[in-house]
Formats: sequence, structure tokens, C-alpha cells
Amino acid sequence: MTQSNKSLIKERKKSIQTKGRQASPIQCEANSVAGCVSQRACVYCGARVVLNPITDAVHLVHGPIGCASYTWDIRGSLSSNADLYRYSFSTDLREEDIIFGGEKKLAKCIDELVQRYHPPLLLVYSTCIVGVIGDDLEAVCKTASSRYGIDIIPVQSAGFSGNKSDGYRVACEVLLRMIASPEGVEKNDYCLNYLGDFNLAGEAWIISNYLKEIGVQVNVAFTGDSTYDTLRTAPTASLNIVQCAGSMGYMGKRMEEIYGIPCMNISFLGLEDSADSLRRISSFFDNHYISARTESLIERELELYAPVVEHFRSYLEGKKAAIYVGGGFKAISLIKQFRELGMEVVMIGTQTGREEEYHTIHQMVEDGTVVLDDANPSELERFMLEQGADLLVGGVKERPLAFKLGISFIDHNHERKHPLSGFTGAANFAREVYSTVCSPVWRYLDARGIED
Amino acid sequence: MLDCTPREITQRSGGLINPAKTCQPIGAMYASLGIHGCLPHSHGSQGCCAYHRAHLTRHFREPVMASSSSFTEGASVFGGASNMKTAIANVFHIYNPDVMAIHTTCLSETIGDDVATIVKTADIPEGKVVIHANTPSYQGSHITGFSNMTRAMVHYLAESSEGKKKNQINIIPGFVNPGDMREIKRIAGLMGAPSIMFPDTSGVMDAPITGHFSMYPQGGTTVKQLKDTGNSSLTLALGSYASADAAYLLEKKCRVPSLVLRTPIGIKATDEFLMAMRQHCMQEVPYELELERGQLVDIMTDTHYHYHGKKAAIFGDPDIVMALTEFVLSLGMKPVHVLTGTPDSTIGGPQGSFEKEVKGMLQQADVQGQVKAGGDLFTLHQWIKNEAVDVLIGSSYGKYIARAEDIPLVRVGFPVLDRAVHSYLPIVGYKGAMRLLEMIDNALLDRIERDCADEDMELVM
Repeated sequence: MTQSNKSLIKERKKSIQTKGRQASPIQCEANSVAGCVSQRACVYCGARVVLNPITDAVHLVHGPIGCASYTWDIRGSLSSNADLYRYSFSTDLREEDIIFGGEKKLAKCIDELVQRYHPPLLLVYSTCIVGVIGDDLEAVCKTASSRYGIDIIPVQSAGFSGNKSDGYRVACEVLLRMIASPEGVEKNDYCLNYLGDFNLAGEAWIISNYLKEIGVQVNVAFTGDSTYDTLRTAPTASLNIVQCAGSMGYMGKRMEEIYGIPCMNISFLGLEDSADSLRRISSFFDNHYISARTESLIERELELYAPVVEHFRSYLEGKKAAIYVGGGFKAISLIKQFRELGMEVVMIGTQTGREEEYHTIHQMVEDGTVVLDDANPSELERFMLEQGADLLVGGVKERPLAFKLGISFIDHNHERKHPLSGFTGAANFAREVYSTVCSPVWRYLDARGIED
Repeated sequence: MLDCTPREITQRSGGLINPAKTCQPIGAMYASLGIHGCLPHSHGSQGCCAYHRAHLTRHFREPVMASSSSFTEGASVFGGASNMKTAIANVFHIYNPDVMAIHTTCLSETIGDDVATIVKTADIPEGKVVIHANTPSYQGSHITGFSNMTRAMVHYLAESSEGKKKNQINIIPGFVNPGDMREIKRIAGLMGAPSIMFPDTSGVMDAPITGHFSMYPQGGTTVKQLKDTGNSSLTLALGSYASADAAYLLEKKCRVPSLVLRTPIGIKATDEFLMAMRQHCMQEVPYELELERGQLVDIMTDTHYHYHGKKAAIFGDPDIVMALTEFVLSLGMKPVHVLTGTPDSTIGGPQGSFEKEVKGMLQQADVQGQVKAGGDLFTLHQWIKNEAVDVLIGSSYGKYIARAEDIPLVRVGFPVLDRAVHSYLPIVGYKGAMRLLEMIDNALLDRIERDCADEDMELVM
């Protein structure tokens, strides 16, 4: 262990709490300290992850090559049809563009891409440097848009202009602009938009199927497996349900204000939350047929999957979990899901959780649980070891850290390989937790094996 | 599915589709990880650092530690000097590295932060070292960034302290995996050549599991060794794009003669690497290496009819691709499409000769082929649509083309995001050539067996 692990940066102390020991609320939604090894990303990253699943759009990144390279098809958002979104388009700004401005190059790139692909939508992402050299993205996009008669929309996502959460907000503004329609919209009964599901491993499809079965149609998911045309129908829905509130809570709120569509936070993570969410959707529509179908679906699914979860629970009971994920809402759902597996959450943190979410987290966890915002690897290491965690739930950067400590790991981010939503997802989650926590590989960790 | 590339090639005026390169800072970050006890630091917004760490983590499956200046709107307007000073203080206070290696980003370069001056006037704790490299993302590629950070190691640290040069050589391995660096060191060791390798990510990016997380694993070139590079009597720069600049600076600064060689991939490049060491150390090639070479040639003769005349497309980083091209030509294969994403000429970076050298090799072997520096995988895909190949050799990003065109992909280079163990097992040296040969040969044979009719399936191949 490095000696530095014992000390914490002074400014970080307010962002770390142990339940039962501190009274003041946790510091969150603040900028990271310069010089920190933060797990956080930037505005561009937030905007890109939200918009990337729009499958038939050209996603053109205006900047030097890196920003396009690192986001090329890294998010496992599945598509049922178009796959243009899996190509990486960049203006690849060079020295001369930085000096003379990148507008001309951008305009040419747009021309060529529109002529080659005839997309219904072209999104132009601004990166740090564009924010500094002052290219007028709005003007370039407007000109091209009127020439080609398609939506060409700038995404004002200069990396430095905030954090990942601000990027979510930028993406929501783009989506609102895209779906805006001048005429009044007619509402479809029994039809909802599913906000904040990016169809990782096909999760949005699972939920759509549930809803279809109970008699409710998913108009469009924001933005998993969405297309320009399906997104444009969003104002006709009579309800918005929000899975990932961190990225799409704002969208729901704004659509309520603009289109009068009521908004409901739901969660399809875990058996309990899945059943509860379906019942709440069903009661919103207040229809005998729907509620009867809902109950029979829940009964059938629980019969199928509760025994699976129960089976794995027998191996996992009493194990300790640590959570470090992007948003607060997922963290809250995970606490419940670990309860279903008989596991206690001993450390929990997020990159961009909000104050009210931390409040909920604080109320849900047991005394002694460490809660931390925007943690760095040293802090994660320290608290996982101190708290005796058997498992970490996190994203790509946390995986090898956990493994080095001999702690098992689950990816609950872009790189999940199985759907973790719905009843079947709860079973998958239990199986994944089991297969990492109970893998025989951990037995060989002890170097004494060869020293005996 | 997954094929949005038209066959017809039309003029493109700029921009890239499906890049075969990425930006400088990630190369600088990787090079920095090859210094012992070093924390790379990204002077820019948080996203850069997060992306680089995530990308390196996906390729190496190892923790990658690096700090960021965490630029906000304010820093971007007023300059990042105060962020940098806070960062330097925080990094040494909390993470306590021996070395902090700062690289810039497009953002800090464009707003014009003078990092050299900031570093000079910063309050750096006794016994600690801060170095920096300018790595604007709008020039060159990740290979340029690697080269620039390697050069910065010489610029800041190399010293010529003694009158007479030591009987030791510097080896600059270039942007290769830690497994390759280990192998190069093993070969140098067998040649009896005392050597300093820099940067050296072996022991850092392939560290064993211990049950503890060590922010600074045992590997990496130490500051003492980096200082001592100025006393060596020769620098071998393996790969002109990633390694030559540092070697030239060492020559200029400390009068250490330099020799720029190909990355020792394949039999010819490995021969040349050994010959250079033999000449310098006045030492015969030991039996162990002769044995390995003999075994490699034996394998090549045993299997040459499997791959002779087969067409290959090769893409990736310039030093690696040039060496691979030479190797597949030595096997009698035809590398008809050869492409790198790194541009040939870079302002503030090495002036490369990728196109010239590869074209020369093809011409000598009488192979008609297309060669491009600064290209992208959209172009490569179009080439393949117009002239099919039997095998594609390159990074994981080749898998889209491989699937669309139904050709086998042999994963070599950076990044490999969808397979494991590649960072541990070398492709350099004679042993590495055996491994490469096995990968290429198996890919071709597996394909024959997948496609052949029942009656054509044979036990012995």
C-alpha cells in the first residue's frame, strides 16, 4: 500500500462521509480538485453518451481526432436497424485549422457526409478547442441545414464548460430542439416515452416487451435504439417514464412544462423495483385490463426469475458490496438489488450524484457505510479494504483496480455484456455477481501457494 | 450490417471516418507510465484524462493512474497556470510520486499556457522531479505524443557527467507492449550489452496481482537511469516515428551517437537489431539467440506453403506497420494495402518516411500495392472492397471491416480492446516472430477449415 493512502486531500474531506458519524450533508455537484486522479469525464462525454444511441444520425465530432477516437462505438447501445452511429466521424482539426478557424473544414465535411449518407439528422459536437477558437457552429449548421433540408444541430459540448452532468443537460437541449414541433400535438393514450435507457445489451427492448404485454406502447426510448423519426413523435406520448434520472430527469421535467406530459421516475433494476415500476405505470393508466395484465406478468416473471435470484443468494448472503457508479439513481437501485441478494453495501459513491440522491442513499444504507462523491482511486482502494468489500460495481477504470486488490467486479456501465434490466436482468445480475464473487481464480491470489 | 462504406472511392476534402490514429496526449501518458514512480498529468479538462485512462485500461487491462488539471471555464479564459500550480502541490502532497510528467492538450496549447515557465517557477518538493512535453492533439498522432514525451525525458533528465562514455547502450523501444519491452531487454541481456531502456512500461503495465494496489509498481526506468542515458556510448532508437527524436536530442545534448532501426518485428529487423548490438559490444551472438533464429527459419520453411502469395492488408502505427510489412514480405505474402493513421509530416514532430519506405519494400518484392500515411479505416475498407485480401492485420478497430468483408483479423498493435494476453506476449525478436507467424498462419488455416466442403476437410495440413 502506498503511504499516500492514509492522507486525504483536505478539500476532499467534505465529499466523504461515514453514515452515523457526520451530520452535515455531503459535498457534491462541485468541480474536481486540480491534481486529483478523478474518475470523472467532461461535458462532451456526457452529451455524447446520451445522443450516441440515435442510430440513423451522423455523429460528427468537430475537433482534433482524440474526442472521436475515444468514443467510437464504446457504448454497447444496440440497434434494431440502422448502424450509421457506429461509424466514427471527425473533422480531425489540424494546426492550420486552429490558426485559421475550422468552419470551412466543418462545412465541407458536412457537405460530403450528407451527400454520401443522406442522414435525417446530423449532430455536430463541439469539443474544447472549438470553444476556444470560436467557430460559429450554429451558423455553419444553420446554413447546411437549410441547404439540405435536414436537421443539422450543433451540440455545444466544449469539454471544459462543466462536467459530465452539464453534458447531459446539453444533450437534452438538443433533443428538445429536435422534437420541437410548431403545430399542436395530438396525444396517444396508452403510449409512453421511455427516458434514460440507452439499450445497453438490449435492455430497452426487454422493458418495451413488458409494456407491450400489459397493453402500453413505448413510443420511443431516449435514446436507446432510437431514430430521428421515432424521437420526433415524442410529444404525442401521454406519459414519460425515466430510468436514468441523472441524464434524463431534466428532459422529463422540460417535456412536462412544454408538452404537459407527466413524468414518472421508475427503475427496472432488480425484481422489487421492476415489479413496483410496472405497477406504478399501470396505475397511472388506471385501466382494469392493464392492471390485470400487469399482475399476471409480474407473477409469471417472478415465478421464473425469483428462484434464480434465490439460488444465487444462497452463495452470496452476507457478502459485502462496494458501489461506484456514474449517477445517484443507479446507486440507489443497486442498494435494493444487493438487498435482494442478501448482500450489504459497505461503500457507495457516484461521479455526479445530486444532493437529494445522496440524501436518499444516506437514509437507505446501514450505519458505518462510507458514502463518497467523485472519488479517486486511492480513496476507493482505502475504503474498499477498510470496509472489507468482496465486490465492486463500477465502470471500465475501476475494474482493474478492484482486481489488483483481489476484489471481484461487475461492470454496470457501457461494457456490461448481459442486460441487467427487468426481471431477467435481475437474474443476470445475480448470476454475474455470483460468477465473479465465487470464481475459483481468487483462490490463487495467495502467493503462499508457491512458497509452501 | 455494419457496412456503411461504399466501394466507389470519391475525393474527400478533410476529416476522418473511422480513424486509424488517436491524439498525442494518450501516447505521452503511456510513455510517462514507463518512468518508475511517475504520475502522468494531463493539463486540460477532465475528459481527456478520463478517456486516456479508460482507453489504456481497455488495452492493457491494468489500472492506469493519471491526474488532471481539471480545467473549467475560468481556466480556459484566464489560463491554466493556477490550476497547474495547485495540481503540482496536490499531486506531491497526496500521491507522492518520484516524477510528475505533464503533457498538454489541445485546450491548454491553444490558450497558450507556457508550461515550461510554470514548471520552472513552481514549488516542487526536494528530491522530486517534474518534466513536461507539449502534445497538442491537432498535430501528429498518439505516436507523436509518445515521441515527444520520450524526448522530454532526455531534455529534462539526461546528463553527460563523466568524460568517457560507459560501455552501455540506450534502447528506446517505441510504442510497444510491455511484453515486447521485456523481450527486447532479454535479447539485449543475452547479447551481453549493458543497457538502459526508456521508457519501459514492463513491470508497470503488466504488473502481477498481489492483493495490494500499488500506485507505482516496481517497473519503469528510474530517474537515475534516465540521467545516466547521457553517459551511454550508443542509443538504439527502435522505430523512427516513436523513438528517433529522443535519440537525436541525446546525441545533440550529451554526444551519445544514435542509430535508428526498425522496430525488431520479423527476422530481418531482429537480425539488424542484433547486428547493431554485436558491432557495438564486439560480442558474438550467443547460441541461445542463434537457436531461436534457427527455429524461426525452420518454422518458416515448414509452413511457407500455407501463406505464400496470400494477400494481406496491414494497418496501425507507422513503426509497427513498416516492420510487419517487411516480415510478411519475407514470408512470401503480398501486403497489397498498407496504411497508417499517423501523418508522414508533422509540425513540431518527426518527419516520417512511411510511404516512401513501404513503397520501396513493395517495389523491391515486386508487389503492386496501395500505401498511405495519415489515412483512415474508411479508406482501407474501400481499398479492400476494390481488391480483396486473405487476411487483415491490425488493431481491434479492424473487426468492422473483417466482419463486413468476411476476412480473418489478426490483432496486432494498439489498441486491442477485445482480446486479452496480447500485452504480455511479445511480437518482437525471433520468439515474437514465431508468435506472429503462428497467429497469421492459424488465421488462414482456420478460415480454410471453416469454409471448405466436408470432403475437403483434411486432418493434416
